[in-house]
Amino acid sequence: MKFPVILLAILHTHAGLITQMNDQTLIETTCRSTSNFQLCLSTLLANPLSATADVAELALIIVDAVKAKTETALSGIEELKWLHPELTDALGQCSNSYKAVLKADVPEAVAALTRGVPKFAEFGMVDAAWEAEICEGSFERVAESPLSELNRDIHDLAVVAAGIIKNLL
Amino acid sequence: MATHSPPYDLEGAMSYSPIPAGPHRTSSAAEPHRPKKLLARILFSSFLLLSLVLLVVNQRPAKLDIVETTPSTSVNDFSPARPLTEPPSRGVSMGASEKVFRRVSGGELTFSWSNVMLSWQRTAYHFQPEKNWMNDPNGPLFHKGWYHLFYQYNQESAVWGNITWGHAVSRDLIHWLHLPYAMVPDQWYDVNGVWTGSATILPDGRIMMLYTGDTHDVVQVQCLAYPADLSDPLLLKWVKYQNNPVMVPPPGIGHKDFRDPTTAWLSPDGDKWRITIGSKINTTGISLVYETADFFKYELLDGYLHEVPGTGMWECIDFYPISLTESNGLDTSANGQGIKHVMKVSLDDDKNDYYALGTYDPVKNKWTPDDPELDVGIGLRYDYGKYYASKTFYDQNKKRRILWGWIRETDAEALDILKGWASVQSIPRTVVFDQKTGSNILQWPVEEVESLRSDSLEFNAKLEPGSVVPIEVDSGSQLDIVASFELDKETFEVTTEADIGYDCPTSGGAVNRGMLGPFGIVVLADENLLELTPIYFYIAKGPHGKVETHFCADELRSSVAPDVDKIVYGSKVPVLDGENLTIRSLVDHSIVESFAQGGRRVITSRIYPTTAIGGAARVFLFNNATRASVNASIKIWKMSSANIRPFPLDQL
Repeated sequence: MKFPVILLAILHTHAGLITQMNDQTLIETTCRSTSNFQLCLSTLLANPLSATADVAELALIIVDAVKAKTETALSGIEELKWLHPELTDALGQCSNSYKAVLKADVPEAVAALTRGVPKFAEFGMVDAAWEAEICEGSFERVAESPLSELNRDIHDLAVVAAGIIKNLL
Repeated sequence: MATHSPPYDLEGAMSYSPIPAGPHRTSSAAEPHRPKKLLARILFSSFLLLSLVLLVVNQRPAKLDIVETTPSTSVNDFSPARPLTEPPSRGVSMGASEKVFRRVSGGELTFSWSNVMLSWQRTAYHFQPEKNWMNDPNGPLFHKGWYHLFYQYNQESAVWGNITWGHAVSRDLIHWLHLPYAMVPDQWYDVNGVWTGSATILPDGRIMMLYTGDTHDVVQVQCLAYPADLSDPLLLKWVKYQNNPVMVPPPGIGHKDFRDPTTAWLSPDGDKWRITIGSKINTTGISLVYETADFFKYELLDGYLHEVPGTGMWECIDFYPISLTESNGLDTSANGQGIKHVMKVSLDDDKNDYYALGTYDPVKNKWTPDDPELDVGIGLRYDYGKYYASKTFYDQNKKRRILWGWIRETDAEALDILKGWASVQSIPRTVVFDQKTGSNILQWPVEEVESLRSDSLEFNAKLEPGSVVPIEVDSGSQLDIVASFELDKETFEVTTEADIGYDCPTSGGAVNRGMLGPFGIVVLADENLLELTPIYFYIAKGPHGKVETHFCADELRSSVAPDVDKIVYGSKVPVLDGENLTIRSLVDHSIVESFAQGGRRVITSRIYPTTAIGGAARVFLFNNATRASVNASIKIWKMSSANIRPFPLDQL
């Protein structure tokens, strides 16, 4: 009597393990198609939803990470304006850039990914990476950029997102 | 608002029955003309000519005296004036494709856009809504004296999303009047987007509009709509068919890979209509064909109209006949002797529009390209600049095939948000077969655009190597430019060195000098040439000794701003014996549409200068070749505004 129960239990665990392995393989395969495997992998694995996500959903996780970093950058910019009034122009440029990421690029990417026209999601994430470059560039010849790390993070995440999205085209 | 739940079963949905086998018709199409032989002969004789010149002319290397002189505008030989050798500004990105990494130049200080600079970017005679985002042109047609244009529109923001059908009308394809939205996403089957579609005008005058709806569970389906009142010339109100959707993704086709239905053409027996819809299987782009007798019920036909491996998803397919002998356009159902079919796709993968000429067998329902190496998606493009989602219609009013194309912005999104709008439509172009080359179409701005021409000036010059000549045009933002170039036979020297591997996108632009190019025009330039956009020819000896002419648009120094794309667009252009090199360029603020050799190749550019705007925008002729002198002639018209505005409906 006990034997079938034990057998079922073993099979169930095994199936669970196989499913987990397969999902990790999708994450791995997807991340290999991007230009930054490590960043892709770490960002996705940090989000429990990635375990059962399809490629579009994986892209959405990265888009969400871009959004989060951009929000961090924008609140940082507000603080920096107080502390460094001499950087007002550059910070203003960064503010414009990142507001566009939140107002346009991210919503466009989310809308496009959910509706199955990934081309517009690609436009959005390619632009988000560009906005990060523009922000960083606005400090050139003015001062050392206080946002370098954030800018690089946003840029790199957006590039990863665009890389994942290309698989959907 | 109807909110019936979907009555369709997505999995088992549409079974289809094959067309009953009819009597086998022998192909009436003649053996396709062999354009390659003609081209080969032309190139061979050009090579012979060049060799002759080589033998005859003294080979002493020419001394390049680049003398700083003030350019004058008299009709004389121009000794080399200020050379066009400004190095690209630091950090300007030069890339073949839309790179993610754009090295951004910080400019003098942080660059800030002024309102003057941004508002200058709005066009004066290209179609665009008053604000917000636009993309694909939809359902263009002519009805009761009015040309109609519908378009993908976002009423909420200057970025793609929340798509509705905008609507505008015009008497002449140039002076547009905005109308209320034709369709909004108000049904379960299009609540996530009223997407791209096409119109079919039936012989009895009824208009059938097929379009893609994105359903509440994000499945792409095809829907039917038609005018509420055909007697209304403005076609203000549209009715959605009560039993939509009329087509759903068939088995084996992804729910997100099924969109953009075409205009219909008659089946061989004349009792049914056929449309095609693009899709993909893995990475093979395919074209599904449906047949219908009434536009309500559809049958999926066996096989594909055509497919090309490796091209990915086919968006916005267009499929239409073209006359080999006549200069007029053809109704979409035309076929027979002296007619080829153009197949065109918008490739999701690289965001470009590709076309190919071929033969359509209506019995087998197969289209075959004339040249499989230049198959659709891997060969010719309509436009080598920024141009996508294009669509033609048959203009029964003037018997023309007219082409619309969506031109998006190439600046950073932050600027689109600041200025509150994004995208324009190209000037509508006529499409005809190029009888001289036999291997491409010719596109040309509709003649109605010439009604905007006002003052003109003409100018001729012999351009010595390294010369830049200003043209006396004040206010160069709205211009129609026609320029012709002829290499001076006396100074036409060719060495045995091949100038191999020239390709506009990797060329580095007009700054890089060859023996026989670049030369052409410069638009949207300030008088100091700090910002400039050269549109030019570059003649090169290819790897096999044959002469190639390249036609390029160089945006590398188009603006000092860091947040705009700076790419060199272009491609080779066929040039036949005895032809001068010609450019027509429509300059309209932030858009420049340039046509080489009467429309054999076209490049649409988006340009965002910061100083070369308004009264400061100038035009130049230039010749940056190191050897060849060029005889140039140019005629420039100022262009008036088309005064595109809302239709005065309250006055109806």
